[in-house]
This record gives sequence, structure tokens and C-alpha cells, in this order.
Amino acid sequence: MKKFKENLPGHIFLLLALSSISALALITGFIVVRGAPIITDVGLKDFAFGMSWAPSLEEYGIFPMIIGTVAVSLGAALIGVPIGICCSIFLSEFAPPFITAIFRPAIQLLAGIPSVVYGFWGLIFIVPFIRDYLGGPGLSILAASIILAIMILPTVISISEVSLLALPKQYKEGALALGLTHWQTIRIVMLPAAKSGIVAAVILGIGRAIGETMAVIMIVGNAVAMPESILDPVRTLTTNIGIEMGYATGVHQEALFATGIVLFIVIMILNATAQYIVSSGKQARGKERQKS
Amino acid sequence: MKPMKPSARTSEYLAKGMIWAAAMSVMIVLVAIIVYILIKGLPVLNFSFLTQNPYNMGRSGGIASTIVGTLYITLVAILIAVPFGIGTAFYLAEYTRENIITRIIRFSAESLAGIPSIIYGLFGFIFFVIYLGMGWSILAGGLTLAFMVLPTIIRTSEEAIRAVPQIYREASYSLGATKWQTIIKTVFPSAIQGIVNGIILSVGRCIAETAAVIFTAGSVLSMPFSLFDSTRTMAVHFYILASEGVSMENAYGTAALLIILIFVVNVGVNLLVSRFINKNQKR
Amino acid sequence: MEENIKIEIKDFSFLYHKKQVIHNLNLKIHKNEITSFFGPANGGVTTLLRSLNRLFELNHDTHTKGDILIDGKSIFDPDSSVTELRRKVGMVFEIPAPLPISIFDNVAYGPRLKKKKSKSEINDVVEQALKQAALWDDVKDRLKAPAMSLSGGQQQRLCIARVLALQPEVIMLDRACSGLDPISTAKIEESLFQLKEEFTIVIAPHNVQQAIRISDRAAFMLMGHLIEAGTSDEVFGSPKDQRTNDYITGRFG
Repeated sequence: MKKFKENLPGHIFLLLALSSISALALITGFIVVRGAPIITDVGLKDFAFGMSWAPSLEEYGIFPMIIGTVAVSLGAALIGVPIGICCSIFLSEFAPPFITAIFRPAIQLLAGIPSVVYGFWGLIFIVPFIRDYLGGPGLSILAASIILAIMILPTVISISEVSLLALPKQYKEGALALGLTHWQTIRIVMLPAAKSGIVAAVILGIGRAIGETMAVIMIVGNAVAMPESILDPVRTLTTNIGIEMGYATGVHQEALFATGIVLFIVIMILNATAQYIVSSGKQARGKERQKS
Repeated sequence: MKPMKPSARTSEYLAKGMIWAAAMSVMIVLVAIIVYILIKGLPVLNFSFLTQNPYNMGRSGGIASTIVGTLYITLVAILIAVPFGIGTAFYLAEYTRENIITRIIRFSAESLAGIPSIIYGLFGFIFFVIYLGMGWSILAGGLTLAFMVLPTIIRTSEEAIRAVPQIYREASYSLGATKWQTIIKTVFPSAIQGIVNGIILSVGRCIAETAAVIFTAGSVLSMPFSLFDSTRTMAVHFYILASEGVSMENAYGTAALLIILIFVVNVGVNLLVSRFINKNQKR
Repeated sequence: MEENIKIEIKDFSFLYHKKQVIHNLNLKIHKNEITSFFGPANGGVTTLLRSLNRLFELNHDTHTKGDILIDGKSIFDPDSSVTELRRKVGMVFEIPAPLPISIFDNVAYGPRLKKKKSKSEINDVVEQALKQAALWDDVKDRLKAPAMSLSGGQQQRLCIARVLALQPEVIMLDRACSGLDPISTAKIEESLFQLKEEFTIVIAPHNVQQAIRISDRAAFMLMGHLIEAGTSDEVFGSPKDQRTNDYITGRFG
């Protein structure tokens, strides 16, 4: 009895932990149960690679949206990743302390701004700019890519900064002692050593871009069609759900849950990859440390 | 000593310039977004805007009911997520060694953290709204957000608990404390700042969230009176006003209030908390 | 003088990660004396001290053989309470480890863990402990100040006071003066001379000089083996083992 009383907090904590992780099972279960029937009805191939999305005609093909999602998040990564990595190098290597003291909270604030505000800002500034100077309707892959690039910055910056700061001091000191310049040290020694963390940062950033809904809805145009240029409007997996959930019923609603399943699977694969890269990077470094 | 090769020096300058340019452009974008919203929105923000209910679908009147709705939903989410999140964190950090169970818990928490909010919205809709029959309501919205912020609270709390120096635990045990006494009297107080930061971060996410809330709490504009009433949060209200072009003026006002709230949550409370709690820890 | 034995270590071995760090150690520790365990790093001294109050149990993968008796009773007895043991055998760490709370709360931490103590009782215990540790005069006007605001030497004396407030029987100090200046060290050593009238004191000195200065009895440990033990005069005056002699004369270590 005494033993049980002593262990009681541990049992309660375990119970809380188990219920926390059951959330993942619950989410997976309910979305799959709701969305899977339509995939089996339509057929996975016709669902994933079908070119036509017309709920009124009971046509449910999401291939243009997959392409839209890929285009938008790839664009976001192309713009956001280099800037984000530069910022993380800036923070960990170049920034004077007083700038770091402003920059870090600023990045946190950037992460906190509601996505609808980003979307709105894009609608006011980016979309007209593209329409007037580059052509097309303005609501486009490019507009969404730019806004998403800004939105994934906090993820990319904070995770790559952490992995840069986690490097043993000797790496840097050793390289500088060999006569490398600061930038050479960063490029030749530090970035490769922090590779696993940076790659994980990029993957998680892309994951955020793929999953973002509200900002994208406002600026991507949402037309279900195959884009021909980055100035064309597209619809993404998330915006498909976001736009139609409000009025969808029956099979149509199931098709939106099925869209969610596809999104869910993509995100889970990206997450698992990022986690695997981070943990294998940690292990490799641990082994190196044991050797020395 | 040989002089540096010109190419090395040039690339040093180039790289430095590029990195500074990238960092500064990010700052400029951030400032541009905030300043623009504030310039357009601050003039709208006055006492009656904050205290009047919206009329005419939000075309006129204030945003009082959406402020109340946001507060209720956030409160429900935090009250539910905090005990589960902190409990899970204590289990991971204090009660177990690295093994298959901790790896499953951590994998699940990390995966939950990466799931897009729209998926939480779908789940909340089918589970809370439909399956559990809560309908579009503050309760359903709050519970959905609780699921969404749970991984944030777990992760920040676990980090904070692990950051407590081991010597504190040893000192406490060596004075005859049990595990539970050590956790309550020493580990928890030392970790509370990090834990509170995680909670504040979660509050910010709840206030800012749109996609997950619109499917689960609905978008009814009237003042909510019970947990089972549907409501419209500020973020949802802003989205509807702006995207349907109902009232740009009120949209800017709502956005400005959102930005101010997020700012206060991020910076203000953070400062207050660290001053309040650090009193005993400063050397 | 067998009745003066406080702690008896019987054929005690300690394994950490399957590596043996203490080998079949036998020793008797006497009441009202200062016994020091000294030797080079990784000799097993810290592990031994952490065994006496079973603090090693916080680490995983540990395993003990043999027995340790306090007043003739095994500390590993499954019916005995480990928290009671730790209140009986107080410990001061190498790094001053005040908790991030006020000076008063640090000293009151132990007494408050046991219920049924009135406020004035706790006040008395704290005051007496701080006086015994020669810290009362330094801090009596700022008991509510954070413990971290004290100097290193004061922090370590606070930790001694914190142990004294437990009203223990044995006090262990694990290289407790290693980070301190000579004046603080002298103050602590002076307190120890007074405290041994009342308590049994076990210390791991941070160097041979300190061991010579303050020990009544000494035990030399090397790579987990007890090389020799005896009164201070025996061990430092005429060591029987060549390795002890080499170590105290500074030939290695």
C-alpha cells in the first residue's frame, strides 16, 4: 500500500502521457474512417491522379491540387530556405548581441502572427504587384509562394540556428586556427557539421508550407486546373478542404476528408523523415564524442 | 604571413553582405506587415469598437462578442491541454528512462506538432461536433485547439524540466525528500518559467488560429452564453470580413487588435513572468 | 572501544554499468571523529559517500554487493526508509548547491518535509543550524534574500546549515571546499572541529593537506580499492603501503 502511494504520481503521469498520445491515434482513426470509403469507391488511382474535381458531377480527382500543393510549397522553399539559413547563420555567427536581442523575439513574433493576416497582407501588396508588373490575375502560385516563404522562416531559422549553436566550439576554433576565414569556416566546417539539423529544418518548413490553409486560400486563386506558369492560380489540398468544408455534405464531405488523408500521409512522411534525420545526426555526433 | 588570397577576401565580404541583407530584409518584411496593419487598424480601435457587439454581419458595430468568443475558446483549450501536457512532460523527463514507450510518446508528440491545423479542424468537426454531438460550439472549438497545442506544451515543458540542474534534485533527495516532494518543491518551481512560456506560446496559437476553429466553433456572431453556443473568434471574424469584403475598416481594426494581442502575449507576458519568477534565481 | 563504531562497511562492492568502481571494501567509521577518504580522482571516494546515503540510486545501472551498517543496522534493509536514512546521513556536495529559493527556505527545506512542525519550531531550527554553521551573523538580516546572492563560501556554509537543520547523526562532505578560497575553507574547517563533538563526520578532502589538517582517521583509496586506513598519525606519519607514501609525498596523483 505504501509502495503504491509512493508510485501514485508516476502512474498518474503515465496515464496522462498515454492519453496525450492517444490523440494521434484518435485523429488518424476518425479521419481515415470518414475519408477512406470514397477512396475505395472511386479507386485510389482515379482519386489521386484524376484530373477533374466536380462534386456536383460526383467527380473526385485531386491531381491538380497535388500539383498545386507541390508547386506552392516548392516555391516557398526556394525563396524561404536560403533566406532562413542566412538568418540562422546571421544569428549564430554575425549578429551583435543587441541585434540578436531584437531579432530573436522578432522571429517569435513572426511565428505568432495569425496566418489570415499574412494572407490579407499578401492580398493587399503581393497580389496587385504581380498582376500589374508580371501579368496574370495576381492570385497565383508565385503570390502564395512568397507569403509561405515568409511564414516558414521562423521554423527554418530556429531549428537551423539551434543545430548551428549545438556544434562543439572546437570545430570552429580548430578551423580558424588553421587559417580559414570566418566565412570559409562556416561554409567548409560548420554548415556540413550542422547538416542534419538544417535538413530537418528545411523538411519541417516544407511541411508547414504544405499544411498552411488560410493564408493560401486568400491569395492562391483556388482554380481547379493544371497550372502552366507560376503566375497561374491553383488550388492546393488544404484550400480544397478549407473552401468546400463549409457547405459540403455526404459523399462530397467524405471526399474532403479523403483529401485530408492524402495531406495527412504526406505530412507524416515528412515529419518522420525529419525526426529520423535529427536522431541519426545526434547518434552520429554521440559516437564521435565517445571515440575522442 | 601570407596575405589572404583576394578571392577569399572577396567571397568573405560577399557572403557577409548577403547574410546581413537576408536578415535585414526579414526584419523589414516583419515591420512592414505590422506597421501597415497598425496604421490602418489603430484609428478604428476605440472603446465602442471593443465593447459593442457587431451589427449587420459585422458591417457596423464593434467586435465585443468575438473577443469574448476568442477568450472562451482559448480558456477551454488551455485548461484542457495544460494538465495533459505537463503530466506527459513530467512522465517523459522524470519518471522513465529512454525506452520504447518514451520513443513512441515522443514520436507521437512530434508528429502531432507537425499536423496542419486544417487536419485538426477536420478531426474536431467529425469527432467533437458530429460524433460526440457537441455541435458547432465553444466546447468543440476549445477541445480541438487543446489537441492542437498539446504537443507545444509537452515539448516546452519537457525541455524546461530537463533544463533543471541535476544538482537541485540531488540536493533535495539528500535532504530526505521523496520523489514527489522533489518534483513539487524543487523541479516544478525551477521549471515553471519554461512551462509558462510554453503555455503563453499556446495561448498565442489559439488566438491566431482560424482553420481549426471555423469548422468546430462555427461563425455565429452573437454573444455566447454557454459552452455549447457557437461563436466566432476574432481571427475568423477578420477572415470573413476581409475575404468577403464585408467591411475593410472593421477588418483592419480586428487585425490590429489581433497583432497587439499576439505582441503582448509574446513579449509583455514573457518579460513579466521572467521578472516575477527570476527574483530568486538571479545571482 | 567497539561501542564507538558508527558506521561499518562490510565487504562492500559497487558496480556502475557493469564496471566495478569499489572493490570489497571493509572499514569502520568512528563516532565523533572526522574520517577522511582521500586519493586521486576516480578512486571511488564520491561513489562511497553516495553509497552511505543511497543517493547513487538516482543513477541507473548501479549494483551493490556487501553491506553497510549504521548503528548495527543495514541501510539496505528493505523495511528501512531511504528518506529517513538521508535525514540521518546528511550530505554537502562539491559544488555549492543551494536551491533557487531564499536563504531561510533552503535551511527550512528539510524540516518542512516532515509534517507537524509549527512555524516557531522551524524558525528555531533554522536559527540554530545557521549558528552552528557560523553563518547566522552574515545572514540574519536578510533571511528572505535569494540563496544564490551569497558568496561561494557562504553558499557552502548554507549547505552545511541545511544539513544540520535535519538534525542528522552523520555529516558527509564531498570535496566541499574544492572551489573555495583559503579563508572560507579555514572557516568551514573550524566549524567541522566544533561539529564533531556532536556528529560523526565523513569527508572527502580536496587535497592531501586538508586531509592532514583535519582528519582523526584517514583511508587512502586508489582505483576503487582501499589501500590503507588508520588514525591520521599512522596513515600520514608512517604509511605502511608504498603507494600511500608516494601519494602523500606528491609522487603521483
